[in-house]
Amino acid sequence: MNTERIERFADRHIGPGPEDIQEMLRLVGFPTLEAMIDAAVPPQIRLKKPLSLPAARGEQELLSQLKAIMSKNEVRRSFIGMGYYDCITPPVIQRNILENPGWYTQYTPYQAEISQGRLEALLNFQTMVADLTGLEIANASLLDEATAAAEAMTMCYGLQSREGRNIFFVSDTCHPQTIAVVQTRALPIAIEIVVGDHTKFALNKKVFGVLLQYPATDGRILDYEPFIQQAHEHKSLAVVATDLLALTLLKPPGEFGADVAVGSAQRFGVPMGYGGPHAAFFATRDSYKRHMPGRLVGVSKDAQGNPALRLALQTREQHIRREKATSNICTAQVLLGVMASMYAVYHGPEGLKRIARRVHALATTLATAHGEHQKEPFFDTLHFRRAAKPRGLNAREYPDGSWGVSFDETTTADDLNRLAGRNVEVLSDSQLGAFARTTPFLTHPVFNRYHTEHEMLRYIKRLEAKDLSLTTSMIPLGSCTMKLNATAEMLPLTWPEVGGLHPFAPREQTEGYHTLFQQLETWLAEITGFAAVSLQPNAGSQGEYAGLLVIREYQKQRKQNHRDICLIPVSAHGTNPASAVMAGFKVVAVACDAQGNIDVPDLRAKAQAHRNDLGALMVTYPSTHGVFEETIQEVCQIVHDNGGQVYMDGANMNAQVGLCRPGDMGADVCHLNLHKTFCIPHGGGGPGMGPIAVAGHLAPYLPKHPLAEVGGPQGIGPVSAVPWGSASILTIPWMYIALMGGDGLTDATKVAILNANYIAKRLEPYFPTLYKGHGDLVAHECVIDCRQFKTTADVEVEDIAKRLIDYGFHAPTMSWPVPGTLMIEPTESESKAELDRFCDAMIAIHAEIKAIESGSMDRANNLLKNAPHTAHVVVADKWERPYSRELAAFPAPWTRDHKFWPPVGRVDNVYGDRHVVCICPPVEAYTTADAQPS
Amino acid sequence: MNVPKNLKFAKTHEWVRVEGDIAVVGITDHAQQELTDVVYVETPAVGSRVEAGKECAVVESVKAASDIYAPLSGDVIAVNEELSRAPELLNQDPYNKGWMFKVEMSDLSELNELLSPDDYAHHIGA
Repeated sequence: MNTERIERFADRHIGPGPEDIQEMLRLVGFPTLEAMIDAAVPPQIRLKKPLSLPAARGEQELLSQLKAIMSKNEVRRSFIGMGYYDCITPPVIQRNILENPGWYTQYTPYQAEISQGRLEALLNFQTMVADLTGLEIANASLLDEATAAAEAMTMCYGLQSREGRNIFFVSDTCHPQTIAVVQTRALPIAIEIVVGDHTKFALNKKVFGVLLQYPATDGRILDYEPFIQQAHEHKSLAVVATDLLALTLLKPPGEFGADVAVGSAQRFGVPMGYGGPHAAFFATRDSYKRHMPGRLVGVSKDAQGNPALRLALQTREQHIRREKATSNICTAQVLLGVMASMYAVYHGPEGLKRIARRVHALATTLATAHGEHQKEPFFDTLHFRRAAKPRGLNAREYPDGSWGVSFDETTTADDLNRLAGRNVEVLSDSQLGAFARTTPFLTHPVFNRYHTEHEMLRYIKRLEAKDLSLTTSMIPLGSCTMKLNATAEMLPLTWPEVGGLHPFAPREQTEGYHTLFQQLETWLAEITGFAAVSLQPNAGSQGEYAGLLVIREYQKQRKQNHRDICLIPVSAHGTNPASAVMAGFKVVAVACDAQGNIDVPDLRAKAQAHRNDLGALMVTYPSTHGVFEETIQEVCQIVHDNGGQVYMDGANMNAQVGLCRPGDMGADVCHLNLHKTFCIPHGGGGPGMGPIAVAGHLAPYLPKHPLAEVGGPQGIGPVSAVPWGSASILTIPWMYIALMGGDGLTDATKVAILNANYIAKRLEPYFPTLYKGHGDLVAHECVIDCRQFKTTADVEVEDIAKRLIDYGFHAPTMSWPVPGTLMIEPTESESKAELDRFCDAMIAIHAEIKAIESGSMDRANNLLKNAPHTAHVVVADKWERPYSRELAAFPAPWTRDHKFWPPVGRVDNVYGDRHVVCICPPVEAYTTADAQPS
Repeated sequence: MNVPKNLKFAKTHEWVRVEGDIAVVGITDHAQQELTDVVYVETPAVGSRVEAGKECAVVESVKAASDIYAPLSGDVIAVNEELSRAPELLNQDPYNKGWMFKVEMSDLSELNELLSPDDYAHHIGA
């Protein structure tokens, strides 16, 4: 018997089998996959050798190997604090959200009708944050506490920078990583940071904002009210970085004058994971809502008048506002925000207070036991100057040799005894005094209903059922790469030796992680053709920003600091110009030609016109139009010839892996969306990871971190709160690359391109593909034209998108990069059967449009305009539509086998943005609006 | 397309009604149609100074946020407060109830730079 491994993981990952591939190739018009790839990818950029990566191995073998690697981590009790605390993920949340593809495989909730579950969980998150911070409105969510503080700084700057104000005061009570990230962010946009003691700082009319930490990084609870009052008198805004668990017992920042509150929701049930991912929060006054960064869930109504949730005020965001956006943030931390909100739902206000009181009692007991007088009140963190530090414990070590501890939900009586050096009796007296919270919070029924596990389980499942995830059907979102997130890739995430490490744990206890980092960096460098990798950036947008800062630093070292022009094609993703502005560049747009390619003469003219101040070009490859541009090397050369560096946006890397490499084409830096190309699930809108890879001459400038040895010798400051970003989810790309091997990865790329061309070809007679490249082929995605139907049938692209829901599909990317079109990216993971099902749905919708064109279907009252059709509408006693209920709800045979019912009808975007409500509405709102189906 | 004969126009789709040395400013019917349903209007502050051709206000629809450029230079002496409650006035009645702000003009010669109704109609292809 053959004892060799009989399964190849790549065959599980890649959708079409060999026979399917042959059949698909016949339609696309090529004898072999190789021949199609030769035609699609310009020969001059083809990688001439196989990727030098370890050979593919099986799932079980690699799980064992990764387990062995990660077992070299030493998971010790952590008392380090500094914004990261051990906590207990309630098992009902771990199994049914964190480990559940029904929650982790969705995309950002742009299609509101099929995203009501996570939108509700995020609305709960916003309500929780607004309640606890005592402010009016909160977003959902940001990347980490430090970047949230930096976002707060830029918001205050935008609001108060008139009259030449450019100083931001940062209290030395803030966490050191927060101070460092804020400094990095301030530098390129000419904000001056003053770090110091707020009691000694003289406010003046140059100061536009102040940042304070409450409780302070060393645990002290300080009365900031007089200082904030003074700040307001000087027309400065006050930002308070704070802690949600502490706020269950402490007077909230909104009650002592804070204009913005930021922080991390990590300790609400999310593992520390050696740095992340976790959801950060941002709360502010209602009057500043249009200046807030990040995603905001709002309440609106659907076509039947029932309450429905949606993303509100999207015009603030980078995908619409580009270089004028409030921030470059795109992917946030939805999955972790959902977990934190569910933790609050599960425990409720009383449960949270119990946890907080216990933590506080343990801290009080230790302070008393050490007999070291803490001058100010404290919550969970103590700073000792005289007491001896016990050995073998991870405590916080201050630069002056003193030490401290932070307690958390997992701290035990044994821990306390070890720290005290003897057995101690837990004291129950509170040290909070005048800082004690008096206002109630989380009074909404959602936080008071689901405290038994059964109720909680059913609430989670109820919300899950409202969302369309990859567990239902393909999500063919162009530019998003919604590929398989294999279970074996996900399993390590919840291992204790992955989740249990504090981001600032001593280096010698994190050997496993560093082996993982080193291997992954080597592999990613090989895949991109670059010399070095930084794993610090926490999302694609942060990768862009970090990469551009690296370019600026390089230019500065060459005495070319004045090079501040960034060329960006008009077709670029909105994060590009938003990131460029954050990095201190001025954006100059480059035109595209009729085929959607960069207009090379225009590029050359602009590069030459700016040859004395050209800093960089940002380019996406293949282009955002889904085409392998043949001129890419020339484009890079033009930029280099005029003194600039080339930043390649890695959003479309799924078309490159194993076939061509950014480094070989002439790019100097690129970021990778590990949550696209390398299988980290999208989590409904995060987490992401956006490491950057750079050519050798840029390696010295990779980002450093004040609390770890990382980055280049002349590295830029930290861009993320932690040295290695969301370290724990790096296990996912490690598994993926190891499972696939170089050959498997290359096969995946080829099939991704085949799948896109197969769809383009099947849909061509109905929806023409707008742009094609080399060999009359598209790359890994295709933009199909739907604009013609507006004149012929009054049908807009949105109507097609919503009608797809009735067929059980998530719409492709809508109206981007070209208004009125759909961009379809199937990825390699979709089988021919699934691709055919999707094409059949599109073709059937085309027939429905034809019926409108021919006049047999009404132009205003039809299947598309009324889509999606809810169960509510189709089973109503009254049905007065010019088509059957059956056609409305069961338009294709598979819908009879498995019907995904949209929980709400078409969501009214205009109503939602005119009446912005971003916290849980009172329960009556859900019961009285049971309007009649129209 | 409605292009009233008594107004002057900027190429960037703002209209101006001259009342002595005061200019009343809004966005054109064509502009509101292109923007679709307006959800929010950010007007310049009363007392602030606007410069001809420079951004001075923002009009938001669900799909876009568009900068509004001052057609003339001068001090803002009034803004249409009603728009904060009812931004849809910009769609419903762009030339009357949907006016945005009034400027006390500092340089009347700038009026000569604006388009006539016929020229504007030609500009938008109407």
